[in-house]
Amino acid sequence: MSLEIIESCTNCWACEPLCPSKAIYEAKPHFLIDPDKCTECAGDFEDPQCAAICPIEGAILNEDGVPMNPIGSLTGIPVRAD
Amino acid sequence: MQLPVINNAASEAPKGGCSAGSCGSTDDQMNHLPEHIREKVFNHPCYSEEAHHYFARMHVAVAPACNIQCNYCNRKYDCANESRPGVVSELHHPVQAVKKVLAVAATIPQMTVLGIAGPGDPLANPERTFETFRMLSEQAPDIKLCVSTNGLSLPDNVEELAKYNIDHVTITINCVDPDVGAQIYPWIFWKNKRIKGREAAEILIAQQQKGLEMLVAKGILVKVNSVLIPGVNDKHLEEVSKIVKAKGAFLHNVMPLISEAEHGTYYGLTGQRGPTNEELQALQDACEGDMNMMRHCRQCRADAVGLLGEDRGSEFTMDKVEQMEINYPEAMKMRAEVHAAINEELESKRLAKETKVQLVSIQGLKPKEVTRPVLMAVATKGNGVINEHFGHASEFLIYEASSEGMRFIGHRKTKPYCEGGDTCGDGESALDTTLRVLAGCEVVLCSKVGYEPWGPLEAAGIQPNGEHAMEPIEDAVLKVYEEMRAAGKLDKPVNLQLKVA
Repeated sequence: MSLEIIESCTNCWACEPLCPSKAIYEAKPHFLIDPDKCTECAGDFEDPQCAAICPIEGAILNEDGVPMNPIGSLTGIPVRAD
Repeated sequence: MQLPVINNAASEAPKGGCSAGSCGSTDDQMNHLPEHIREKVFNHPCYSEEAHHYFARMHVAVAPACNIQCNYCNRKYDCANESRPGVVSELHHPVQAVKKVLAVAATIPQMTVLGIAGPGDPLANPERTFETFRMLSEQAPDIKLCVSTNGLSLPDNVEELAKYNIDHVTITINCVDPDVGAQIYPWIFWKNKRIKGREAAEILIAQQQKGLEMLVAKGILVKVNSVLIPGVNDKHLEEVSKIVKAKGAFLHNVMPLISEAEHGTYYGLTGQRGPTNEELQALQDACEGDMNMMRHCRQCRADAVGLLGEDRGSEFTMDKVEQMEINYPEAMKMRAEVHAAINEELESKRLAKETKVQLVSIQGLKPKEVTRPVLMAVATKGNGVINEHFGHASEFLIYEASSEGMRFIGHRKTKPYCEGGDTCGDGESALDTTLRVLAGCEVVLCSKVGYEPWGPLEAAGIQPNGEHAMEPIEDAVLKVYEEMRAAGKLDKPVNLQLKVA
């Protein structure tokens, strides 16, 4: 059970201090989640904290590889049909 | 260093005539402030219109995280409110940031103020922000520290802010009505949850207002920034201005929305336009009756360095800073001398102005006839004098002269008509831009103006004037206005629509 940060991450540091398992760490080219430590905040918080503050749609995936914050869910910017 | 108290006789100046109102340049606005506030802001370029001609500021980008989303911001870049969008700042750890501040302060002694404004929200990064402040308050006690925030975490941080002698805080308040807020803020991160819509705006507004009250109670100066978004909060900002003034904010800065589509913001991509120069000025004028309005804001980047309107950040990239050897105690002595010289100049200017005011009241001059106001554009590189070529100016300061005196209206950016050398090929379209941004002005004052732009300027109703090079802006503007009066140019009602709007 682990979330994953992908390349659209902008390295804004918002998630890192929130992680109750200290699973998030600074890396190049972007922050990463240690899958052995990540608990998806189970037992600590109702919502996974990294996904609850991440400003970039699609940058954090769940264990099935599905975006926690799908396109259009945060900014309301209309989705382009292409 | 004990800063000299400037113009402590101001309150005794005669209340009639010029001293009570809008006469003289807008630095008179400062005279209305209580002495203890004026002492704090007289050398702060962001808070005092007069100071911004002489003193410089810098920002360090130590705070990347943010706890809210604004519709004028794209988080792939810096905060679009506190920084011009579309560019990413070089992010620093606190130790690097402090090194950079010391290097800049030693190289640019006019630098009096260090701000943390992002690129996210400083108080959403409390460890990095306060670590930077703590080190600077120890190592560079001659630098003023300030911070700019969206306000969400402000109440939790007021105690900590007070610890490091941070006596200036800017809060961005775009609304006091959650229904307006819901159109500006899609979400906030609050108590370990992402909250959306009206509820989010409600919490944010409550936190901002609470933070404002707590800061004022602590005696910390508060400036309020608002982004003017036509059709969303334009009417509403007059109410915002009244409320924040009543709660004790000392300055209100209404900034135009920046919403270029290429910045990829919600507003940019959905066609939300920014205000025109005239709309911005009209709102600032409408708020002015109630509140000190700031009109010289340049919407600096989160890593800006130098005088407002200039950015010397490229001279202080981290690799360059690492090479510099700074002896700060030595630099502090030199800085104190430079500051003393500037203060002396400011004081002599102020005394000269007071003398003039007193002379008028003694002689009891009959009131001047009322003549129509005239907008004039000025090209300057700083120090309060006309010292920039027309073709080199990347912005113009706009002043309004009238029978009441003169006041600062704002600045307008352009592409320099001629960068010199090869880039002159592009000159024609750049001139068109300048003619457009100077619309409404009848005179442009600069240290020099070339033959080529002269004709198009005149044809556009803007008189080029290079006769007042190196003169103080205020003297030159009032002199030119007087010449226009003498020549009968103020009799005809030209350009009045701007005042009506």
